[in-house]
Amino acid sequence: MTDEKAKDEVSGTETTGHEWDGIKELDTPLPKWWVYVFYTCIIWAIAYQFLFPAWPYFWDGAWHHTAGFLGYTQRNEVTQELADVAAGRAEVMQSIAKTPINDIAANSNLMEVALAGGKAAFGDNCAPCHGSGAQGSKGYPNLNDDDWLWGGTLTDIQTTITHGIRAPGDDQTRYNMMPRFLDDQMLKRDQIDDVADYVLSLSGTKADPAAIERGAKVFAANCVSCHGADAKGNQQLGAPNLTDAIWLYGGDRATVITTIEHGRGGVMPNWGARLSPGTIKELALYVHSLGGGK
Amino acid sequence: MTNAENGLSALVAEAKNVSAMASKHDDTRSMNAEEWEPHGPLYASRVKVYPKLVHGTFRRIKWAVMVVTLSIYYLTPWIRWDRGPGLPDQAVLLDFPHRRFYFFFIEIWPQEFYYVTGLLVLAALTLFLVTSVAGRVWCGYTCPQTVWTDLFIHVERMIEGDRAERIRLDRGPWTLNKIARRVTKHIAWLLIAAATGGAWVFYFADAPTLAMQLLHFEAPTFALLFIALFTFTTYSLGGIAREQVCTYACPWPRIQRALFDDESFLVSYKEDRGEKRGPHKKGTSWEGRGDCIDCGQCVVACPMGIDIRDGMQMECIQCALCIDACDTIMDRIERPRGLIGYDTKHNEDRRIKGEKPVYRIVRPRTIVYAVALALVSFTMLYALVTRDLLQVSVLRDRNPLFVVLSDGSIRNGYTVKVINKEYKPHTFRISVDGLKGAEIRSITPANDDGQTIDLGPDSLKTLRVFVSLPKDMMGELHHGEAPLTIVATTTDTGERTEGVTSFRGPKQ
Repeated sequence: MTDEKAKDEVSGTETTGHEWDGIKELDTPLPKWWVYVFYTCIIWAIAYQFLFPAWPYFWDGAWHHTAGFLGYTQRNEVTQELADVAAGRAEVMQSIAKTPINDIAANSNLMEVALAGGKAAFGDNCAPCHGSGAQGSKGYPNLNDDDWLWGGTLTDIQTTITHGIRAPGDDQTRYNMMPRFLDDQMLKRDQIDDVADYVLSLSGTKADPAAIERGAKVFAANCVSCHGADAKGNQQLGAPNLTDAIWLYGGDRATVITTIEHGRGGVMPNWGARLSPGTIKELALYVHSLGGGK
Repeated sequence: MTNAENGLSALVAEAKNVSAMASKHDDTRSMNAEEWEPHGPLYASRVKVYPKLVHGTFRRIKWAVMVVTLSIYYLTPWIRWDRGPGLPDQAVLLDFPHRRFYFFFIEIWPQEFYYVTGLLVLAALTLFLVTSVAGRVWCGYTCPQTVWTDLFIHVERMIEGDRAERIRLDRGPWTLNKIARRVTKHIAWLLIAAATGGAWVFYFADAPTLAMQLLHFEAPTFALLFIALFTFTTYSLGGIAREQVCTYACPWPRIQRALFDDESFLVSYKEDRGEKRGPHKKGTSWEGRGDCIDCGQCVVACPMGIDIRDGMQMECIQCALCIDACDTIMDRIERPRGLIGYDTKHNEDRRIKGEKPVYRIVRPRTIVYAVALALVSFTMLYALVTRDLLQVSVLRDRNPLFVVLSDGSIRNGYTVKVINKEYKPHTFRISVDGLKGAEIRSITPANDDGQTIDLGPDSLKTLRVFVSLPKDMMGELHHGEAPLTIVATTTDTGERTEGVTSFRGPKQ
């Protein structure tokens, strides 16, 4: 049916010669300007393949690609952009590095940058242990609350981050030690039960008054050197406050007993070996701003 | 022959001689079957269109529309509107760096962009309504492509002469006259295009300031870039591409077809009255023949280069210049006007049957569009009028949900954004409401009293607010949750805005 090229009376254009269920299509010529634009696109496509990265090929055991005469790569673009960003930030980063940590909060511009940088660094470095929202978990402190093992001032936090806790290779690392009272045969099981009852009673948990009284005596003999006579802890030694509502390993009786029996020894990396002092400053400011900073 | 007849036949002869080569399609009556090639060309050169100047009602309407639309376009950026210190005084300004759209007394922020969406919806509905009533009036009168092409053709006509002269100039050799005229025309076009591009960027920056910067060669690169871009597009589309845009590039002609029906007023050639067409000798009878004397004036007047007598076609933008052209001729040969005119399909049928015309402008289709238009307009107006100028938006921390403090109390953190859309500064006191025992622990950043914040005119402030609930009030929470309202009260006027959120704690 391809030879029936009828001529349409109205427009004077002939049809394509095909017919679909009685419907015919006019074979109107395409505008030449359209064709020239099309040819230009084709020429550009060919030129593109010589100028820009285009064709992959397998050679010598690995995949390569034609690089193009202009030497454009997206990796270079990204590297350049990162360098531009770093350069743009250089001045304010220097400011942060030079300003003492306690004075940065007074400068809202520096503070804004420091907090943003701290938040970013936190996500990259601290979140695996302390959680993405800094809420911690069993054995990893919640940095949002107002309970601090080693002090919650800016300089305290800065020191903790820099030297870590029980971090190998850092001789200034924080070092606290909860003895293994059962394993090292320092106390007997019933003594441990009693002192656990006493400690829990300090934060309001009820128990047998006789046990509490016995426990008080055990406490006075074994625990006050680190935890203090009032059991409010010692931030120089990293000994927790036992009278508050916050428990690093759990505040139920069984867990407290486990803690006393087998001891505890948390570890935190010494970030001073891995991060720049400026970044650590930002982290300290960020952590301090989470709501519990002193 | 009388002068009128002389003039008329001269017109016809000129139209025939010149249009045979310049019209869009071949004059089939002058060719026989053997001359016609069975295989047509794949591509065809563009046939240049030389619209002739017409005079008449619709030409006058088009001039008026052009003046009004171009005036609005070029002059609006210069209208001033005082908003107080520190804020722009341009009535219509799209301030992208500061993320505000100003329209006289209306100012919208990015989160209120739905007003612009609403405007577009209104524009679309208006277009549908107008098209279903009166056909392609958008295309023929108000479309920027039409208006600028019309303007550019007019400039061309002023410099190079009317149709016959322009064709002669094109065909002729490159004399000094031709070069001078061509150069002048293109310079004129470029100047208009640059003014158009300039006007465009004035909507996005303060017009007087930017104008001064341009004159002192201190304008920002982006402004120059956009002016260059719009100069190029206006010059190309209005001067060079012209009708090719409507025929090949624009989707609207294709969509409009779905918006007409048999009651829409469309520019039509009244076939029943005009056929049979053919030359008419003065003094002879008009019996047994049509009113169309085949003068070709409608064809030469058409800026799209089509013949309206072929019927409704996609290329016809319904600019009604052919109506004016035909009416002029009808006046001359003392026949009634309206051989080409705005007509509806139904009325054409009624006329053929001898019935009176019926105009059904109000019909289901137009009613639906009008009602939709009214609904959207009303909704937008209502939203605009009931807009709050002071707002509080609260985002509760999700990670962690809550924090237990040393004394056993529970603390929640909130990111609170206070928005002041008024043109004067305010001091706000932040407080909480709705949960017994809840109290604010801290607001950062805040004034020295720790409870109030200062907010400038037309600005937003982000605060970190910590709210705590004492241990013994934990019973206020049900399944670990209770509603909480964060309130911002202006210290001067006592106006109160609230952000509703919740307070979370451990599930008991």
